[in-house]
Amino acid sequence: MLQTIGHLPIGWLLIAPLAAAGFFAFSFGRTEVGALPIGSTIGARLHSQPNYHGYFLAFCTILPAAMVFLAYLMFGETYVRDTLRNELPDYLTARGPDQIALFMERVTNYVSHRTIEDTGNILFDASVDRYAILKGQARLVAIGAAIAAALGGFFLGRRQLSRSFPARVYVERTITALLFVCAAIAILTTVGIVLSLVYETLRFFSSPDGPGVFEFLFGTNWNAQTGQNFGAVPLFFGTLMIALLAMCVAVPVGLFSAIYLSEYASPRFRSWVKPILELLAGIPTVVYGFFAATLIAPLVRGFAEWVNALPFTPENFLAAQPTSALAAGLVMGVMIIPFVSSLSDDVIKAVPQPLRDGALAVGATKSETIKQVVLPAALPGIIAAILLAVSRAIGETMIVVMAAGGRALITLDPTSDITTVTYQIVSLLTGDTAFDSARTLSAFALGFTLFGITLFFNLVALRVVKKYREAYD
Amino acid sequence: MTETGLPSESVRDDRMRRRNQAERRFKLYGQIAIGFAVSFLFALLISIGLRAVSAFSHHTLVVELPASELAEPDNLDVTDLNLAIRANLLTTFPELAEDRTERADLFALVPRLAVLPLVQDLQSDFPAEDPLSVNLVMSDDVDLYLKNDIRLHRSTRVGQAGRLAQLSTGAYRLSDAGQDSFISFQDQLAATSAADQDILIDLSGALFELVDTAGASLILDHLAGPVPELGEQDARPVTAIYLGSDSANRQLSARQVAILILMRDAGIIERRFNASLFVNADSTYPELAGAAAAIVGSVFTMLVTALFAMPVGVFAAIYLEEFAHKSRLTNIIEVNINNLAAVPSIIFGLLGAAVFLNTFDLPRSIPLVGGLVLGLLVLPTIIIASRAALRSVPPSMREAALGLGASKSQAVFHHVLPRAAPGILTGAIIAMARALGETAPLLLIGMVAFVSDVPTSPNDEATVLPVLIYKWFSGSERAWEPMTAAIILILLTILIAMNLVAVLLRRRFERRW
Repeated sequence: MLQTIGHLPIGWLLIAPLAAAGFFAFSFGRTEVGALPIGSTIGARLHSQPNYHGYFLAFCTILPAAMVFLAYLMFGETYVRDTLRNELPDYLTARGPDQIALFMERVTNYVSHRTIEDTGNILFDASVDRYAILKGQARLVAIGAAIAAALGGFFLGRRQLSRSFPARVYVERTITALLFVCAAIAILTTVGIVLSLVYETLRFFSSPDGPGVFEFLFGTNWNAQTGQNFGAVPLFFGTLMIALLAMCVAVPVGLFSAIYLSEYASPRFRSWVKPILELLAGIPTVVYGFFAATLIAPLVRGFAEWVNALPFTPENFLAAQPTSALAAGLVMGVMIIPFVSSLSDDVIKAVPQPLRDGALAVGATKSETIKQVVLPAALPGIIAAILLAVSRAIGETMIVVMAAGGRALITLDPTSDITTVTYQIVSLLTGDTAFDSARTLSAFALGFTLFGITLFFNLVALRVVKKYREAYD
Repeated sequence: MTETGLPSESVRDDRMRRRNQAERRFKLYGQIAIGFAVSFLFALLISIGLRAVSAFSHHTLVVELPASELAEPDNLDVTDLNLAIRANLLTTFPELAEDRTERADLFALVPRLAVLPLVQDLQSDFPAEDPLSVNLVMSDDVDLYLKNDIRLHRSTRVGQAGRLAQLSTGAYRLSDAGQDSFISFQDQLAATSAADQDILIDLSGALFELVDTAGASLILDHLAGPVPELGEQDARPVTAIYLGSDSANRQLSARQVAILILMRDAGIIERRFNASLFVNADSTYPELAGAAAAIVGSVFTMLVTALFAMPVGVFAAIYLEEFAHKSRLTNIIEVNINNLAAVPSIIFGLLGAAVFLNTFDLPRSIPLVGGLVLGLLVLPTIIIASRAALRSVPPSMREAALGLGASKSQAVFHHVLPRAAPGILTGAIIAMARALGETAPLLLIGMVAFVSDVPTSPNDEATVLPVLIYKWFSGSERAWEPMTAAIILILLTILIAMNLVAVLLRRRFERRW
């Protein structure tokens, strides 16, 4: 019985009874209040409409039960696993935490696939059974507690109902509180990001294999997969180089497209081309990565080989690798064109028309007006757009994973395959990872650095944008 | 001309001309920039489309099985069917039955697991016809060869066969019918540097490989097809087939190519629509792999993302736009949301790995975790879009509702929200499209695991389309590339459809107040 409950895919079935209970409470509250005897005095008028009484009762019923379920979702599984882990026989625990984690993973996977057949391994089968039983117990407790909470809430709430009860006030307060919780989730996300990154980074630096902070930030030797060298300078260099190459494409193309679209193009042309440019931002990065690796990278390599074959270049002047920083940078540049162009477009359009008219009136040509009046006025906004684009380029992952290669090199040759921070994070955390090796933790340290850098760029950019907007509004 | 400081007319014209040139140049730069961006987009789409086309069809081999000799439908398994298929292939090519390597060459054309869908079909519904004609997927190398390399084949008439004699080494010596045509063939060979490609010799339905020449005779290795009995008087035509490749840069052996030529001439190879791309789950064999599991995984993941991010995002926007008082806290939330929208997506993957996997001990690779991570990722986008939509509803709307005695939340939920709904929905769809294309954070929470079953709930191990693109892209066989391009097309089609819906919604409900 307990075992069956443990195997059930019960999580999604819980929502239905909860909703049903809420609906029942709602209609009950609504009719109950409506049926109260109507007094003759003015004070006996309903304070709130019957609907609000219904909502009030529904909240009283659902919210406590939902909290119980939330608590179960957050802590139930952990509790079950911890209990099972403590019950494992000694000879298994003696094999070390990695083996236990692997075993537990296999057990939970087996249960979550709802296979009931025995595998033949006695310990494994017993663990699977025990796990299902424990899970069933935890679920029963959670369901019991939720029913109790719902009933308790329902009856407590029902005692409150009366014609003069200000149900609307309570309902609206609850709604406002719920709305606030939703808004706070955004903050919680940031807090979660910062806390988890900081925590894992601290663990990385304090782990026995981990490097010192100085070595991490300024060491030039990176070999996290096999060795224990965690000098991240080659990664920072590669990230910067590819971002720079990308900006070399994105800034001129984005800026000139924005200028042309906002100052020269006919409305008809604009209405066609602008969505096409924005389409560039909607294409998934993995598609760009495929394109970079299958078409651009071979072209770059062919070009590099052509340069090498020129009479006046040394034989191995360019590295001509099958994946290269240049290929990744070029494609990434195209990807961020719309980020530069649409933001620049906005700020260029926000430059007041009288400025242009003044310049044109004293005889400047259109391009002179743009170069000497409009662009300087829009400069802060354009810089903000470029900063946001840089932050996007630094954090871009799939294109570099697919087209830039994984060698930690410091070289100025754009046709060589250099690695980036994001590439290393992916390669360190993909596949089966234990959370306590220096190898895995180094990914979090890299992530923390990445977060810090992009946060800096974003904050500066947002500040510039805000300041600039205030100047013209 | 000499009056004052004004420049002469010619100088002024000259300067004006240069300024006008600068003007035209500047305009041209803008056109070039737009042209570059647009043509790059088309290059991307066309290059992917061209690569994808071949993956939508594949070659199948028609094999006739003796239905009466097959095991009972209930006990039928992959091994039985493979035995039957192999027996059938050997009746078609009896000359290959003797030698083990020759048999292996023949059997390798059809992968062992190609019968898997057939086994399921037969188990549920065993047809009455006998012999049973079935279509089997051919291996990826065969498929690619038939799609591309076979176009390099060139046949030429060489001459008339005289005598065919087997040597002690097992090779054959084919002599000329006496017209010296083999000599001119050899001269031609020497002249055209055709030596770096393999050459097959077709002798009335039997295929040989040209290994050497001896005087006016050709030394041949038998590949496939029945060896004809040739006496002195038989003057049968001899045809040479230049393969355009040699065994080093070809995935198939010369014998396999010969078998394929014979099969094709016999009309038992068909090119069909590759339905397995949409129906099958992932596989380690490209010819059997499909995107069905990833599509279902994507649906589950998007479901979780939508159920989490849309209500939370919209409610957060309502709070910030309608309820919040200007305070330090709301200010922080605002800055924070704008920042969060620009945080690299891979950071969200780290968050998911650290919080959901490590702290809450949730299993890896499940759409539930993936959907939550993507939900957090698109939350700021939804909030920002919803706020813009709410802001575009004129204040008079709220004031009228409040003036008639509605409470704040009545005014918002009954009057403002319905007016803002199309805008909110548009933003939400665009955000979902972004989540659908996201790859990096999902790699970090283990959604790259090999999943060979179609998931049935958000708690099953699964992968999603963009991750499958990455996985197939990383596969080493050449056949993965067109298949990757094909599922990219599927993904792009879905994304474009979502964006179109968003645009149409905006057009349909756009109102200026």
